[in-house]
Amino acid sequence: MSYLIAIIAVIFLALTVLVVSRLQKVMKGVNAVSADGETRPEGNKWNAAMFLIFMVLGLIGFVWSYLHTEADFLPIASSVHGRRTDDLFWFSMAVLTIPFIIVNILLFYFSWRYQYKAGKKATYYPENHRLELIWTVIPAIVMALLVFTGWRAWSDIMSEAPKDAEVFEIMGKQFGWYVRYPGVDNNKLGNYNYKLIDAQNEMGIDLSDENSFDDFISTGELHIPLNKPVLLKIRARDVLHSVFIPHMRVKMDAVPGMPTKFWFVADKSTAEMKAELNNPDFDYEIACTEICGTGHFSMRLRLIVEDEASYRRWMAEQKTFLETYPDYLAKVPDNLKAKAMKYAPAEAPAVANPDSTTAQAGGGMGTSASFR
Amino acid sequence: MSTLSTGTDVVVYEEEHVHHDDPNFWRKYIFSEDHKVIAKQYLITGIFWAMLGIAMSVVFRIQLGFPDADISWLKPVLGQWISETGKLDPNFYLALVTMHGTIMVFFVLTAGLSGTFSNFLIPLQIGARDMASGFLNMLSYWFFFTASVVMFASLFLQTGPAAGGWVVYPPLSALPQAHLGSELGMSLWLISMALFIVSQLLGGINYITTVINLRTRGMTFNKLPLTIWAFLITAVLGLISFPVLLSAALLLIFDRNFGTSFYLSEIYIAGEALPNVGGSPILFQHLFWFLGHPEVYIVLLPALGITSEIIATNSRKPIFGYRAMIASLLGIAFLAFIVWAHHMFVTGMNPFLGSVFMFLTLIIAVPSAVKAFNYITTLWKGNIVFTPAMLFSIGLVSFFVSGGLTGIILGNSALDIQLHDTYFVVAHFHIVMGAASAFGFFAGVYHWFPKMFGRMMNNTLGQIHFWMTFIGVYLVFFPLHYIGIAGFPRRYYQFTTYDFTSSYTDLNMFVTVAAILTFFAQFIFIYNFFSSIFTGKRSPQNPWRSNTLEWTTPIKPGHGNWPGEIPAVYRWSYDYSKPGAAEDFIPQNVPYSQTLESNLPHENEEIKMEAEIEAQNFNDQFDQPH
Repeated sequence: MSYLIAIIAVIFLALTVLVVSRLQKVMKGVNAVSADGETRPEGNKWNAAMFLIFMVLGLIGFVWSYLHTEADFLPIASSVHGRRTDDLFWFSMAVLTIPFIIVNILLFYFSWRYQYKAGKKATYYPENHRLELIWTVIPAIVMALLVFTGWRAWSDIMSEAPKDAEVFEIMGKQFGWYVRYPGVDNNKLGNYNYKLIDAQNEMGIDLSDENSFDDFISTGELHIPLNKPVLLKIRARDVLHSVFIPHMRVKMDAVPGMPTKFWFVADKSTAEMKAELNNPDFDYEIACTEICGTGHFSMRLRLIVEDEASYRRWMAEQKTFLETYPDYLAKVPDNLKAKAMKYAPAEAPAVANPDSTTAQAGGGMGTSASFR
Repeated sequence: MSTLSTGTDVVVYEEEHVHHDDPNFWRKYIFSEDHKVIAKQYLITGIFWAMLGIAMSVVFRIQLGFPDADISWLKPVLGQWISETGKLDPNFYLALVTMHGTIMVFFVLTAGLSGTFSNFLIPLQIGARDMASGFLNMLSYWFFFTASVVMFASLFLQTGPAAGGWVVYPPLSALPQAHLGSELGMSLWLISMALFIVSQLLGGINYITTVINLRTRGMTFNKLPLTIWAFLITAVLGLISFPVLLSAALLLIFDRNFGTSFYLSEIYIAGEALPNVGGSPILFQHLFWFLGHPEVYIVLLPALGITSEIIATNSRKPIFGYRAMIASLLGIAFLAFIVWAHHMFVTGMNPFLGSVFMFLTLIIAVPSAVKAFNYITTLWKGNIVFTPAMLFSIGLVSFFVSGGLTGIILGNSALDIQLHDTYFVVAHFHIVMGAASAFGFFAGVYHWFPKMFGRMMNNTLGQIHFWMTFIGVYLVFFPLHYIGIAGFPRRYYQFTTYDFTSSYTDLNMFVTVAAILTFFAQFIFIYNFFSSIFTGKRSPQNPWRSNTLEWTTPIKPGHGNWPGEIPAVYRWSYDYSKPGAAEDFIPQNVPYSQTLESNLPHENEEIKMEAEIEAQNFNDQFDQPH
């Protein structure tokens, strides 16, 4: 790449030399008036030639730079819909490259071809309705095609998630993510309320809802099963964030006060990707793409895609929220206490006051975020 | 800045109108009501902001291209924002990004471009003594100036200027505890924008009124130069959309200062749950983009108008498809109002709405394609003179096409899922809106400089400025598409946190180097511009052999523009290289009765209208009692 920088440095150097030499000419007061008093346009020839040179070098640069950088474009998508939008993207790009190249070539070629020549007269050609009709209709047809394919893909991607989808909740905050799993026993997330948020209950889980008893929270990673529809329920608790999973072609804003969602099927596990890329350190990543403050650039969350068996195994090992912070049993309504006890640690807490030592000892979930 | 520089330009007023006393220095150059002086005030303020805005982008490009570089040498300028170890503060990085966007979009490409050329050209090209209301016009500039002062002042705050992105989405921008840039800097941003909008509205009303009411004898709408059509439509766009931004900003001010909940709901921040419920951050985005999208065209249409005029003049050919050009301007302007939500495909908006907006967005490609093809056909079989203005116009067409095409990708909601808020978007809009409009601005300055200052800019320097900028812009923004396809998100202070953004460090370096060189190339323009005001070659009467009315005024038009009667207009402004005519141009004020040798059959019939056109003179402001 450093030689590329050298190339443009040379181009600009050459142009600077040109400036200086031209300037001297100007200083000498070369007057470009021909015999019949008509001003001959200054520098017309080299400018016309430059358009041709620019066109040729530009085309070469375009093709070369594409081939050179292509390797680092995102690897093949790891989700079902992702491959579809990728195909659509490259199809649209291919369609659009045609007018990009043709129109630019015509523009530069005409500029060179029809440069000023003394005594020549331009063609008086103010309109041609048939021509204009043609280039109104053709783009319209191409657009219709692109709209149609795009609309079909969009409707499918944005459709309601299948009933059997695994549900996860992901919540953005400054500057990190909290993930809540629906638990081992039912595929249901409990209610939440932002007013219940405190130092331990960072997601505001509402423990008066029995569905929340088996929920558990994680901050470092999101585990999802392979080849199964996954529904992300997305929210934010302070400012706007946006969940971006580049390899899954997933992006959806996280909005305080307005839950959003996105469902997809991941069909390539982390292990498979590690093998495919020959990179043992590979991880799927989740990033934030809506400016949210100082730490916007560092909201990394690992995404782990594993086959369903090992996913279930991992799930079973996790401690429920109540297990981690047994003090919150106090918040459970009396009629549900018995149910809740099932998810709490064997020895019920003696004190109803959650204090930090219990939290540390019981959890190790790292809910005390590393970011402010 | 502006007052200093405008104070130095020398305008000699003709003194036919004894009832107009020669105003004193203040009334003549500072609080002037003359549209030409106001245009120059806008121009010079715009150039000042452009240099500042681009310089900011260079600073954050250095951060992106060379994240490990020691930039302590910037300490004299940026002070506390450079850390002990010579690193740019992440908060200030966001502030720079935000200010760059705000300055370039609003202060440079809206005020600098529209403000300069609408003010300068509308009266001169339609044949009017001045704007409909010189006083409102003066107010418009001074509201802009005040907005500029407020925005400039915010740069020097301890907590820094606004830093939530130029779109200032709440709740980030609404909560001072969320972000350093949401403290006083954000308040000043909102005040400045409110003043700016007032300025735009005053200007816009004036442009519209002037074009409708003050056209000279014979200047019917189908004889208007395309520049004026573009300015008129732009002003209408601004008049309809800017008030919506004002309301969005006012509601944000209420949320920030008076405890309302228009945009706030269910927020827990800095250890406490806020009481606000029921608001919607998405509401702000709808209101913002209801302006924000037309704004793109407010920026671009004047540039397209300027280009139409310059390409026709310098190809020595009539613009191809004059009516189609107007129709496509109108089409783009209409569609501009019903596509705003394509900025919001992934905000959680109803997916059905996404489908509708995708459909409407892609329709815009049709009138845009018509414009591009018409420009190219205008070049075809022309006799092209590469003045700097012409070069920049051709460059604009190239950008308009290259950048417009990627818009078709982004307008497709299914594809936008991956590309939204990545560098692909940055590349797209910088080419199609930023660079294209900037080229329209340069083209306009090079073309009408002789009319503004009575002197010529240096041709060769202009051509070199063009090539360096044209190549530079492509070198900066073309690679950004690749970075965007790889999924690099916008507004990231650095790319080291993630594995998927670990590639392309060299490409980012390349972009930064190209950006710095392109920035330095602009000093050629600055030198050329300011030195030519004083030492440029004296301009001939009609340096570009152009048809429009401004070249019939004295070389330095005085108060009222024409010393005697305002010329009447008999023909459109694109009679270039007409078969049979002796010269390759026939100005608009030459009646058909004098050009029998070149008249087309239907034009001979218009000869009998001439006496009638001659007789009308109800629009001359000097003939009105006042």
